[in-house]
Amino acid sequence: MKRYSAFAIAREALRNHTGWERAWAKSEPKKKYDVIIVGAGGHGLATAYYLGKNFGITNVAILEKGWLGGGNTGRNTTIIRSNYLQDPSAAIYEKSRSLYETMSQDLNYNVMFSPRGVIMLAQTQHEVRGYKRTAHANALQGVQTEWIGPEQVKELCPIMNISGPRYPVLGGLWQARGGTARHDAVAWGYARACSDMGMDVIQQCEVQGIRQENGKVVGVDTSKGAIDCDKLGAVVAGHSGVLAKMAGFRLPIESVALQALVSEPIKPCMDVVVMANTVHGYLSQSDKGEMVIGGGTDGYNNYTQRGSFHHIEETVRALVETFPMLSRLKMLRQWGGIVDVTGDRSPILSQTPLDGMFVNCGWGTGGFKAIPGSGWAMAELIAKGRSPLTDEFSMFRFREGKFIDESVAAGVAH
Amino acid sequence: MLILHCPYCGMDVDETDLHPGGQAHLRREGPGSSDEDFEDYLFTRENPKGVHFERWRHVYGCGKWFHAARCTNTLEVFGTYPAQTLDPPQEIRDKMSGKRPGWSWGIFK
Repeated sequence: MKRYSAFAIAREALRNHTGWERAWAKSEPKKKYDVIIVGAGGHGLATAYYLGKNFGITNVAILEKGWLGGGNTGRNTTIIRSNYLQDPSAAIYEKSRSLYETMSQDLNYNVMFSPRGVIMLAQTQHEVRGYKRTAHANALQGVQTEWIGPEQVKELCPIMNISGPRYPVLGGLWQARGGTARHDAVAWGYARACSDMGMDVIQQCEVQGIRQENGKVVGVDTSKGAIDCDKLGAVVAGHSGVLAKMAGFRLPIESVALQALVSEPIKPCMDVVVMANTVHGYLSQSDKGEMVIGGGTDGYNNYTQRGSFHHIEETVRALVETFPMLSRLKMLRQWGGIVDVTGDRSPILSQTPLDGMFVNCGWGTGGFKAIPGSGWAMAELIAKGRSPLTDEFSMFRFREGKFIDESVAAGVAH
Repeated sequence: MLILHCPYCGMDVDETDLHPGGQAHLRREGPGSSDEDFEDYLFTRENPKGVHFERWRHVYGCGKWFHAARCTNTLEVFGTYPAQTLDPPQEIRDKMSGKRPGWSWGIFK
């Protein structure tokens, strides 16, 4: 792999850009791999990358039924933060956030990480108490967040109307080290690094069955034929239930549609990310100038990657009080992704009833921020059979009543 | 927009007038059930890519609960019926079998 650098740009400029190579090789499946990862989204590619980087396992295939990063990785609002309440969540999300800080250097691929800061608005007394509690919890966990008053919120985000009348801004939970990154670049950067380590990234290859012998996984049947493997990692978000069914077990998740939209591009007016959970909306401005808006999920199961129009309307309607300037903007594009939601709004990184098969799912409405940390932890889980970061996130925690309740931090907004 | 027929009011209702209530035909487990069954009852819901039975409430209408048979992969609606019905009506099953031969869902086939 040729490294990207300022020198490379200058060199290519002098020869009409004829020397750039493919970012990742086009691969066809081999007969057998040590590990097969199903799903070439951010989480799947990150898992493969850290399997190679941290554990030296490079005989790996990443299978993708569509195109690379074409699921939720390319359909989110790219917010990165780690201000969760419970210790296991803080550990994995903070690991993830810190990995984002050096990701561009690690991957030699500009993921445009922008630690511009994230405010979670408190617009009811209930939220004030909730976020103050989170700030205290974060202080104990070593996650840098602070409670700020309404004047500071206004100073950080001048376009905001903090005086209501319906939902006045009472303050906010501020994480200065949170921010955004370029979502496609995260997937592409990991794919390029995986390919460089000799892994096969195989697109348009749908897993249609999981083969097992004596309770152990031995391979998968795909649209490109049968492939053997020693270990299998299912990292397929909304379709996790479909894969679990092939393997003969059930997962405590439901798949629902989550939508986002962007406005027409405007001049820079907002250099932080704002999340307003009471009114079910969150907002940031992209580098192109579009206002990126996300809302809540639909309330019913859905696999169609499109959601209900009225949820978009509700989100924008609710945000207009806090951001009056939005009322004059035209909305450009809208899209939906299928998110996998668990009962306690925390993910599942776990061994499964099928020996040799592991699942990484349940990130629900907020998986993008977790991509590197999730990959880091999942790689350790696959390589060693357990990881301190995933111990609490077992799929069997529900039976034991060991929930990781993040409905406050993750119930609506991401 | 999803439009469901309210079996009580006899009218087609937009989803904005409805409230989704999750999986239908849930078998409730009580004292004496196994840990696995109780876990399934509390936490594990059917999450099919295909035919699905759901509870809905006509919240801005008659206020009553009903069941809907729907496809989560195409958003096609096969029919609705009152919530007191223990098994999906044969008419709806026939319609589903016509369009999705060999379908199965939880306890139903």
